Amino acid sequence: MSTSSGGASANGGGGGVGELHVLAVDDSSVGRKLIEKLLTGFPYRVTTVDSGKRALELLGIGKENGGSSKAAEVNLILTDYCMPEMTGYDLLKRVKGSSALRDIPVVIMSSENVPNRISRCMEEGAVDFLLKPLRPADVSRIMNIMTGSK
Amino acid sequence: MECSPLYRQAANMKKSLLDQGYLDEQFHQLEELQDDLSPNFVEEVVTLFFRDSARLIAGIDQALEKTPRDFQRLDGFIHQLKGSSSSIGAAKVKNECSAFQDHCNQGSTEGCLRSFKRVKREHAALRQKLENYLQVLRQVSPSPMKAAVRPK
Repeated sequence: MSTSSGGASANGGGGGVGELHVLAVDDSSVGRKLIEKLLTGFPYRVTTVDSGKRALELLGIGKENGGSSKAAEVNLILTDYCMPEMTGYDLLKRVKGSSALRDIPVVIMSSENVPNRISRCMEEGAVDFLLKPLRPADVSRIMNIMTGSK
Repeated sequence: MECSPLYRQAANMKKSLLDQGYLDEQFHQLEELQDDLSPNFVEEVVTLFFRDSARLIAGIDQALEKTPRDFQRLDGFIHQLKGSSSSIGAAKVKNECSAFQDHCNQGSTEGCLRSFKRVKREHAALRQKLENYLQVLRQVSPSPMKAAVRPK
């Protein structure tokens, strides 16, 4: 039984090669649990982390000294917008500013429908913006983005 | 199983919670997500919610006692509480959080103190009602406390 109280949490999934990997970032444990469940049952695997900082570590660009662990292969980043310390927007900018990561599609989630927030994110390179709480229909959109970009 | 009195009782309790506005459609979404792989999903999410919300409410209580009031910090807390309330369909709690946010944005201490009392009241009421509901639900389910075995 996996719990994520700060660290990364991943569902099992099958093989590994060719499997699509979603990295979901949400500071809310309820949010992470929902995302994990919504993204389970597809031929994809999801890793949830609770901050932008942890996301960057997992992506391999977190530490200035290069980090000690190999960067994870990620096919889509799904991130909450409002998070303490590093917002989803900040994370988006870091990802798009990295030559290693800029091609990874980033989807922003928010509980608030703020038009200039949405346009700011899209201008910075986000591929989609979803309103929380996520629904199964949103999951289909995420899947289409991943299979479209592969 | 669907015809059992306990099942009907659970269904009535849920209908009542929805009709009275304690819960909204999102709670129904949670129940839809519960399946053989996660047979206790709803209870787990609700438990997580009350664990987090207790922490946030304590944080807000503390922040309201400090002077001068740090409205930004307060807004941060209430935003999180509103978000997780919304995620489980806790409609009344979510609405009271919105009202609190408005007072926060206006920098109104008096307004914040008043609306936070309502947040706590709705939160406590929901906690009681959900505990009652989950208790009945546990009795309906064939293997209520059995943990799911995830396929590897």
